[in-house]
Amino acid sequence: MALLEVKDLKVRVEEREILHGLTLTVNEGEIHAIMGPNGSGKSTLSHVIAGKPGYEVTDGEILFKGEDLLAMAPNERAAKGVFLAFQYPVEIPGVSTMNFLRTALNAQRKARGESEYSTPDFLKKVREVSKSLNIPQDMLKRGVNVGFSGGEKKRNEVLQMALFEPSLCILDEMDSGLDIDALRIAADGVNALHSPKRAMVVITHYQRLLNYIVPDVVHVMSNGRVVKSGGKELALELEASGYAQFEDAA
Amino acid sequence: MPAVQETVERVKRIDVDQYRYGFETLIESDKAPKGLSEETVKFISEKKNEPAWMLQWRLEAYRRWLTMTEPTWARVDYPKIDFQDLYYYSAPKPKKTISSLDEIDPEILKTYEKLGIPLREVAMLEGVEPKPGDQDPNRRKIAVDAVFDSVSVATTFQAELKKAGVIFMPISEAIREHPELVQKYLGSVVPTSDNFYATLNSAVFSDGSFVYVPPGVRCPMELSTYFRINERNTGQFERTLIIADKGSYVSYLEGCTAPQRDENQLHAAVVELVTHDDAEIKYSTVQNWYPGNSEGKGGIYNFVTKRGDCRGDRSKISWTQVETGSAITWKYPSCILRGDNSSGEFYSIAISNGYQQVDSGTKMIHLGKNTSSRIISKGIAAGKSQNTYRGLVTAHRKATGARNFTACDSLLIGDKCGAHTVPYIEAKNSSATFEHEATTSKISEDVLFYCIQRGLTQEEAVGLVVNGFVKDVLQQLPMEFAVEAQKLISISLEGSVG
Ligand SMILES: Nc1ncnc2c1ncn2[C@@H]1O[C@H](COP(=O)(O)OP(=O)(O)OP(=O)(O)O)[C@@H](O)[C@H]1O
Ligand SMILES: [Mg+2]
Repeated sequence: MALLEVKDLKVRVEEREILHGLTLTVNEGEIHAIMGPNGSGKSTLSHVIAGKPGYEVTDGEILFKGEDLLAMAPNERAAKGVFLAFQYPVEIPGVSTMNFLRTALNAQRKARGESEYSTPDFLKKVREVSKSLNIPQDMLKRGVNVGFSGGEKKRNEVLQMALFEPSLCILDEMDSGLDIDALRIAADGVNALHSPKRAMVVITHYQRLLNYIVPDVVHVMSNGRVVKSGGKELALELEASGYAQFEDAA
Repeated sequence: MPAVQETVERVKRIDVDQYRYGFETLIESDKAPKGLSEETVKFISEKKNEPAWMLQWRLEAYRRWLTMTEPTWARVDYPKIDFQDLYYYSAPKPKKTISSLDEIDPEILKTYEKLGIPLREVAMLEGVEPKPGDQDPNRRKIAVDAVFDSVSVATTFQAELKKAGVIFMPISEAIREHPELVQKYLGSVVPTSDNFYATLNSAVFSDGSFVYVPPGVRCPMELSTYFRINERNTGQFERTLIIADKGSYVSYLEGCTAPQRDENQLHAAVVELVTHDDAEIKYSTVQNWYPGNSEGKGGIYNFVTKRGDCRGDRSKISWTQVETGSAITWKYPSCILRGDNSSGEFYSIAISNGYQQVDSGTKMIHLGKNTSSRIISKGIAAGKSQNTYRGLVTAHRKATGARNFTACDSLLIGDKCGAHTVPYIEAKNSSATFEHEATTSKISEDVLFYCIQRGLTQEEAVGLVVNGFVKDVLQQLPMEFAVEAQKLISISLEGSVG
């Protein structure tokens, strides 16, 4: 069943059109990779799906579980199961990671009409997940992402993803800035979340990541459109020949 | 003669013209006639059964006040106050002697409850009826001295405090029961001539708290006062005096709320703190008086003089304030570091939203040798508000080795508000080390969106980010207050974005 349907999406930022009619369908349980040159609109697409302000949708629609996603407030989308692991996670000084995780998780649960986690249950859950991601407990006491290394920030994104159990995970360049070991740990974390009901959209520049997170479908984005889709071998092809062939097509 | 009758008689005597009004309001409260004159001062003093010296002290302040003009240097803007159009004294119903909370008018308690003041709860939880041996060390005791308009209506924990030798009572009682202490210390930190509002307060102060901690005593509980302004057009003039004798320690919490009123209400309190050798006072305030409505109408005018005198060597005074209310805040809790090796601290969170105007900060006056001071100020401006930090750090010629660290951070929410930092620094000797850091930042859209993407509403996101911004200061508050303050911060920023 289609989880996410982006249909002929046109998006403007400050009077300039960035996405020129993008179409993409992601079914439950699938892993999709999106590749494409710098500035082709990959992050823009992820932001529009998550509901970041500042983007004007001029045409097209986005359906999530069959519902009009664009009509929902961004926090509502989160509660419904849309998760975006940011390319550049921000720092929130003075707010401990633990407090942040708990506040966010309970906000989502409340929005879904679920009861809040008890403190022991919550702590147990965080401990389990952070252990599997090799995140030391000490780090969770620090301000959200404050003084975290690039790799730690990315792992913190995966940690949240594991805690919130979203049905759609969009990972924007989670591999950038990760060393080989960290990449493997993060990818294992992502794979552990893979389930028949959950879909992943992995934005990356490097086919290397796709050795760890094996996609069902690879899309090539260029100049605000998906210009080619194929199996995982498409990523290898791109690595060999670059994006030049698509630049003309776009 | 019953008190109500007595007041009626007295009002009749004072001013026939104002009698009618006075009589009407006397049904609910016990009020001085409108306006300020020597008669008003006498009325208040008489109401309080004050000794002659106290009346004299007030009258001198009143005469002095007549010669003074309102200060205009602060960055606040408001229509001229008509001091003759205010009431200077208002007491809820005739006062009985109250030994427990149960004797307080349930209506008054209900008002407290509505305001979210856990007076009754605190009293219940904290031991109006303590089971013997049932001592939870995690639940610290708080003694509450509630001030309803101008008269203290409840004083709890008197007995236990008495055992420790701590005097904690309404200042009106202290004037009668401990005149030697009051005479010695009242006005010794903030002289009657200090400034326009402090002088006014000296003339007409109605009540407030008095604390004396004897040498070597660590006060066995946090002392707490809740202030509330109830009557329409009643200026509230609290007077608080806290003395920590040699080697003693006391932590004092002050909480304030005022119900919604259309007219602006004047509040001019004076707080004096004195620490002797090796003594320490920690004074915490959470102020959430009515800030006015969304159009900037109404709200409290808060002109407060708070000053601590580190009179003894190695003594310490620490001010912590969370200011979220009032239409206008004019407030500079200060420390005079007189004793050698004494230290002063000022931790402040000042939040302004809507049309609020805040001009607040501190003065650290280094007089003794090796004195140190620390200032951490967090200003948050939202809506159309103006938020100014004004601070003065001076080192006297003899204050060798004086040290100060100041950090002022401002956070702007939206683009219609303003944050300003006005530091004055004066070192009259070369061995002083003063450090000053200041930052101003805007709340980041990316940070807000990050939180919202994780499921928080816009307002929850702002609350979370702001609470993170002020964390250094919140940590200085006693636990019970910190939780309350955190909620208050989120509430006061409602509607500040979007
Ligand atoms: N707020 C903005 N204002 C103006 N232009 C913007 C804004 N956000 C994005 N753009 C432009 O939109 C285009 C697409 O940017 P986007 O970040 O989506 O690319 P990307 O595919 O994620 O690139 P990268 O691989 O470098 O991360 C770029 O040309 C970028 O400059
Ligand atoms: Mg990008």
